[in-house]
Amino acid sequence: MAYKKRVDGRDWHETRPITAKAGVIPRADGSAYFKIGDTEAYAAVYGPRNLYPRFMQDPATGILRCHYNMMPFSGSGERVRPGGSRRSKEISAVTEKALLPVLDLTEFPNAVVDVFIEFPQTDAGSRCAGICAAAIALADAGLSMKDMVSAIAVGKVDDKLVVDLNYAEESYDAEVADIPIAVIPSTGEITLLQLDGIIDKHDLKKAIENGIETCRKINEVQKNALKEKYRK
Amino acid sequence: MNKEIKRHIEETLAKGMRFDGRKADEYRPISVQVGVTKNAEGSARVKIGETDVIVGVKMAVEKPYPDTPEDGTFAVNVELLPLSNPEFETGPPGIQAIELARVVDRGVRESKAVDTKALCIEKAEKAWCIMVDICPINDAGNLFDASSLATILALQDTRFPAFDGIEIDYKTRTEKKIPLHLIPVAVTVYKIGKHLLVDPTIEEDQVSDARLTVCATEDGHICALQKGGNTPLTLSDIEAMIDYALGQIKVLRHNIGVKK
Amino acid sequence: MSELKVSEKEIVVPGEVLAEGMSYVPSYGTYRSQDKVYSHRLGLVNVDGKVIKIIPLSGKYLPKRNDVIIGKVVEIMLSGWRMETNCAYSAVLSMKEASADFIPRGADLTRYFDIGDYVMTKIVNVTSQKLVDVSMKGPGLRKLVGGRIISVNTNKVPRIIGKQGTMISMVKSATGCRIIVGQNGLIWISGEDPNKELIAVRSIKKIEEESHTSGLTEQILNYLKDLIPDAKFEEKGEENGL
Repeated sequence: MAYKKRVDGRDWHETRPITAKAGVIPRADGSAYFKIGDTEAYAAVYGPRNLYPRFMQDPATGILRCHYNMMPFSGSGERVRPGGSRRSKEISAVTEKALLPVLDLTEFPNAVVDVFIEFPQTDAGSRCAGICAAAIALADAGLSMKDMVSAIAVGKVDDKLVVDLNYAEESYDAEVADIPIAVIPSTGEITLLQLDGIIDKHDLKKAIENGIETCRKINEVQKNALKEKYRK
Repeated sequence: MNKEIKRHIEETLAKGMRFDGRKADEYRPISVQVGVTKNAEGSARVKIGETDVIVGVKMAVEKPYPDTPEDGTFAVNVELLPLSNPEFETGPPGIQAIELARVVDRGVRESKAVDTKALCIEKAEKAWCIMVDICPINDAGNLFDASSLATILALQDTRFPAFDGIEIDYKTRTEKKIPLHLIPVAVTVYKIGKHLLVDPTIEEDQVSDARLTVCATEDGHICALQKGGNTPLTLSDIEAMIDYALGQIKVLRHNIGVKK
Repeated sequence: MSELKVSEKEIVVPGEVLAEGMSYVPSYGTYRSQDKVYSHRLGLVNVDGKVIKIIPLSGKYLPKRNDVIIGKVVEIMLSGWRMETNCAYSAVLSMKEASADFIPRGADLTRYFDIGDYVMTKIVNVTSQKLVDVSMKGPGLRKLVGGRIISVNTNKVPRIIGKQGTMISMVKSATGCRIIVGQNGLIWISGEDPNKELIAVRSIKKIEEESHTSGLTEQILNYLKDLIPDAKFEEKGEENGL
């Protein structure tokens, strides 16, 4: 049975509607809001700041710490007990790896840049939305970055290659491949790549190319969010 | 804490104003929204000045506690998200989060605002359990009042999910609301030297000597109290603070339009 | 063929292409990759001949030698005080550098500066590990008594002070407040009239917010005149309002 039309009527390569804003959390050094479809992410950056415990300090450079967390009422279904889970710890780690390559923290030895990502509401694609929000927040915080980072989940649902899977597609009753990807827009380099599901090599390559192209479009939205903050 | 700054705040209060130009009994602009997050059974967002708090309500069906077989349960949890304040750390709730959760809880629970008997489905076997989660997005002071207000609004916004006796279908919402007998509203009064004020900024909170959270129902009955801060209060202090709070609660009710 | 892709004072973001070709020289906040010059930060474009740099709009303070900063005492040490400086690195004021007077060994250091005190100091040394030494020996450097402290974006400090201190002088003379601007973004304001103090705070916050717009001096002048009709404005000013 072929996937004839997307569950929400989108084109195969179309993302859900995206809204992004910078500077939404006044107490933070940098912050952002990123919404894609029904998935909403807030990111706040604090730093560079003092780092404890001391054994974590690096005399050559500042370090980056990412913390991904979902609010207990954010998911469809039951309440999720607050506190880190193995899943959120893993996502925090890959988020960090996705963002670090663009950052230059050598001016801040022994210090830390903390990025907190929280979700009031999720409908698939949260780690990618989190990375997009975090990248805006890091730029908003005035950190030195050679570029931003944009992310999206691409993949395959049944027989069609798609961009930006929503929850219904992730759990679709057929073969599904869910591939979150994060990209540095100016170079097309990939800083996050994961796969859940099953896909052949040929389709995978195509899916990744879709991802890179989409990430570049998402980057325009991120850039506007930053510039919009200063337009009055 | 800087004694000089405190002295200056007191001097300024003595001249009838605060550092940000407000009067002692003035709240920063308040905005409220309900139904702000889709997957929660009920939700609300309250902004007081730059303080921004989201409250989500989730429901589940559980076995009632053995000593209250005909009652459902109600619980309040606060996560002081490090996102909202550079002083907040990751990890399990510390005493600040716990106190805030328990004070908000007290206001709703002790006023018997929520009819826990109406949450019973099958005596001793099944009852609804209401879980309130308070998540600040930005902490610019006065989380107590923002959280209390958002909680009661979120409870009003809550609709039961469909339940067939065995499983909850979270995707289907019914029209059934949580039976709320009363709508308690809380105001926290702060004391700096001999001055009383409401809605402190972070700086004012840091120099304050004591605070008193007062929760009251529509007819002015007090349903919860909590004193905080290191300085003891005299009986006349407490009477003055309660009167101050009750006045403020009336104004708040009127401004926000909090009613059944 | 060299081509500038952006205009003067345009707001750019990290990764944005500023120029193509080899004749443009990347300076502060920019970098070259092959034949393009990119922005390294969120900020305003500044082009001076063929040199492109970015004036940052945000970012925390980085301690620099000779900067005058406002610190808050957080720890009394054996032979000095440790201060928070509104950035990732604390500063140390040693007994030697604290005063022109001789402070005897074993003296009660809190008699000079206690925890929570705000002091105006000058950075005398910053190591590669960002250990910061400050001194109180210098004109005007002192403990700040009374008044209030606000925090602004360190990148906006030059705009707040103004060319030769003209912007901050305008605010000082109109409001009659004493104002000290630390390079680290902490500002001390002290006035007799709390209303005037508030106007000073609001003016500074306004300068901070509108720092990237032109005609700001005129705007602030009018703002002050509207709120204080009988304001007096003096001509000259000094670096940080000493």
